[in-house]
Amino acid sequence: MKRLFGMIWVLGALALLAAPLVSTPAYAQKTKVGFVYVGPIGDHGWSYQHHQGLLELKKAFGDKVETTHVENVSEGPDAERVIQQLAQAGHNIIFTTSFGYMNPTLKVAKRFPNVKFEHSTGFKRSKNVSTYNIRFYEGRYVAGIVAGKMSKSNTIGYIASFPIPEVVMGINAAYLGAKSVNPDVKFKIVWVSTWFDPGKEADAAKALSDQGADVLFQHTDSPAAMKLAEQKNISAIGQASDMKAFGPNAQLTALVNNWGPYYVSRVKAAMDGSWKSTDTWGGIGQNMLNIAAWGSKVPADVAKLAEKARDDIASGKLHPFTGPLKKQDGSDFLKAGEVISDKDLSGMNFYVQGIDGKLPK
Amino acid sequence: MLKLERRKEPSKFMLYVTPFVAVVLTMLAGLLLFLLLGKAPVQAITLIYFTPLTSIFSLTELAVKATPLILIAIGLSFGFRAGIWNIGAEGQFIMGAVCGGAVALALYEVQGIWVLPLMCVAGIIGGMLWAAIPAYLRIRFNANEILVSLMLVYVATLLLSILVHGVLRDPDGHNFPESRLFHDSATLPILIENTRAHLGIIVTLVVVVIAWVFVQRHIIGFQIKALGDAPRAAKFAGFSENRIIWLCFLTSGALAGLAGLFEAAGPVGQLVPALPVGYGFTAIIVAFLGRLNPIGIFLGGLLMALTYIGGEGAQIAMSLPSATTSVFQGMLLFFLLATDILINFRFRWISKKPDSLEPAPVSLQQAE
Repeated sequence: MKRLFGMIWVLGALALLAAPLVSTPAYAQKTKVGFVYVGPIGDHGWSYQHHQGLLELKKAFGDKVETTHVENVSEGPDAERVIQQLAQAGHNIIFTTSFGYMNPTLKVAKRFPNVKFEHSTGFKRSKNVSTYNIRFYEGRYVAGIVAGKMSKSNTIGYIASFPIPEVVMGINAAYLGAKSVNPDVKFKIVWVSTWFDPGKEADAAKALSDQGADVLFQHTDSPAAMKLAEQKNISAIGQASDMKAFGPNAQLTALVNNWGPYYVSRVKAAMDGSWKSTDTWGGIGQNMLNIAAWGSKVPADVAKLAEKARDDIASGKLHPFTGPLKKQDGSDFLKAGEVISDKDLSGMNFYVQGIDGKLPK
Repeated sequence: MLKLERRKEPSKFMLYVTPFVAVVLTMLAGLLLFLLLGKAPVQAITLIYFTPLTSIFSLTELAVKATPLILIAIGLSFGFRAGIWNIGAEGQFIMGAVCGGAVALALYEVQGIWVLPLMCVAGIIGGMLWAAIPAYLRIRFNANEILVSLMLVYVATLLLSILVHGVLRDPDGHNFPESRLFHDSATLPILIENTRAHLGIIVTLVVVVIAWVFVQRHIIGFQIKALGDAPRAAKFAGFSENRIIWLCFLTSGALAGLAGLFEAAGPVGQLVPALPVGYGFTAIIVAFLGRLNPIGIFLGGLLMALTYIGGEGAQIAMSLPSATTSVFQGMLLFFLLATDILINFRFRWISKKPDSLEPAPVSLQQAE
């Protein structure tokens, strides 16, 4: 008997070793596109949505492009190596999709002047490094209107990640949206110091719900808060991608990042030689941010109100940050009718008046 | 029949052979795994284990990745030999980076050849001070050093976060939580152009040699071993346990701090919240993979780094999921622990005898 088992082992090992080697066919003039993701594709949030962009790219160009993605790349010392490996492997254009990849992207870009780099959410550019980002705050303002109208306890919970301008402007925009339709609204904010940690996110959601919040916002990547809202029979706003599957009743709407069209246009530019280093910050009007279909709970009049804000923002008629506007400490920030500059917006490090609590530093 | 039989004494041969057996078993299991996943198994294994060894760039990256692992693991191995468990090297790593990095940022306007040595000293002191906390609490209050050192990791992580959100934040960085990039004389010199191979690699090699000599030849190396193997005997022999605790914690803190500073002043070049990526914890695995022996740790660190870099390469070339790397590291440990049984036991074929009705305990006794 043992002999027999031994034979099986040996044969098995031989079969494995002899398994056909899949050789890589030679590609004729394909454009190679690389993507670096900070989370797993399965986060159903930030990285998932970038990956949807990659899939759109494949659909648009078929076998004229070859795509590669590397997921779960930490923003620390590993990022530079991964980006360099992609550049060395002959990728023509590389999208690095998290803020922490900024300096590594620039360092690698210096060594590969013929490769084009696209860094998402950063602010440093060079001859072959572009930056691109979405005006997420526009969507948060619209979602804030829905949340302000839908909250019965007048308490809205907000799960925040890190106190950087991107997150702070999101909180402010959501608050201003809610406040515009509900003067009594209060925000409760929990900082979780992570972009992706389903456990922590769920804990924060639970704490907020226990404190009376009946609509949850999140600036983190997993659908954990949405799931908890569904369980607790409260409402939530989906983040980065449509999270309806995780909260069929809970989701009021979701802010869906639509990277696909941007990726298609940039790869096209790289193909026809018109690529230049640019800075793109598009929002609802540029079809980079979509507002998902209203949840079943949202009544028609609320939907109408939110749709008007959405369309006005898209057409440029409305800017969420329009004066008069004071900072939390009561000092003046914007005069009546004044619209915030992109520079002030992208460095925002204070709460607007009316938000309680202290912004962590 | 296959029988597991206790050896009279642990096998020295197996002690050194089982890590290699574990590697081979991991590869075989990997082949099976890839076959089940429908990926070309031989190509995947080649990409993970061999391709990184074929280019200068990936070889230098291997060294860059292994450097902190080896440095930290060597420091930890002293304590582990003595039965003193510093689980918080990750925190000491962070504090080394913070202290050394703070010096670099304080001297932002100043260039000079002495800046980098000063940073190294600050990094070492930072790591030592952080490690001194669990050592002191253990000696003074008999507090469990495993818990204290582990908890301090979270404190260090948050401290780094506070600093890069506050006083150490880049003033021109749009409020984003990261420091300025260190200037040239605060950055480790690069050994090979267009790679990230930095001076820290050389320092690590020197540390490996020193540690090896120390363990083999120095009386304190012997005392540490004695304390771990036979604590009572060590006490009777007059070895001071407190002194060994201090020594082990300060050494591992110093090396972890130095590793942190190398990471900040080398591959990263600034302080960022994502600086710690778990080297302090992975180094624990490396220490045991290397049998707490400096040369073994050196090889173990390289192997661990290889699985990281090979895993990334396999992701790029074959779109394998990133979990591949973790699965491989997990399998490696699993097989190492599983084959460790061969150190104290051995397999023996015992042919079935007609009188095999004999009760089992007796035959076990006979085997002993």
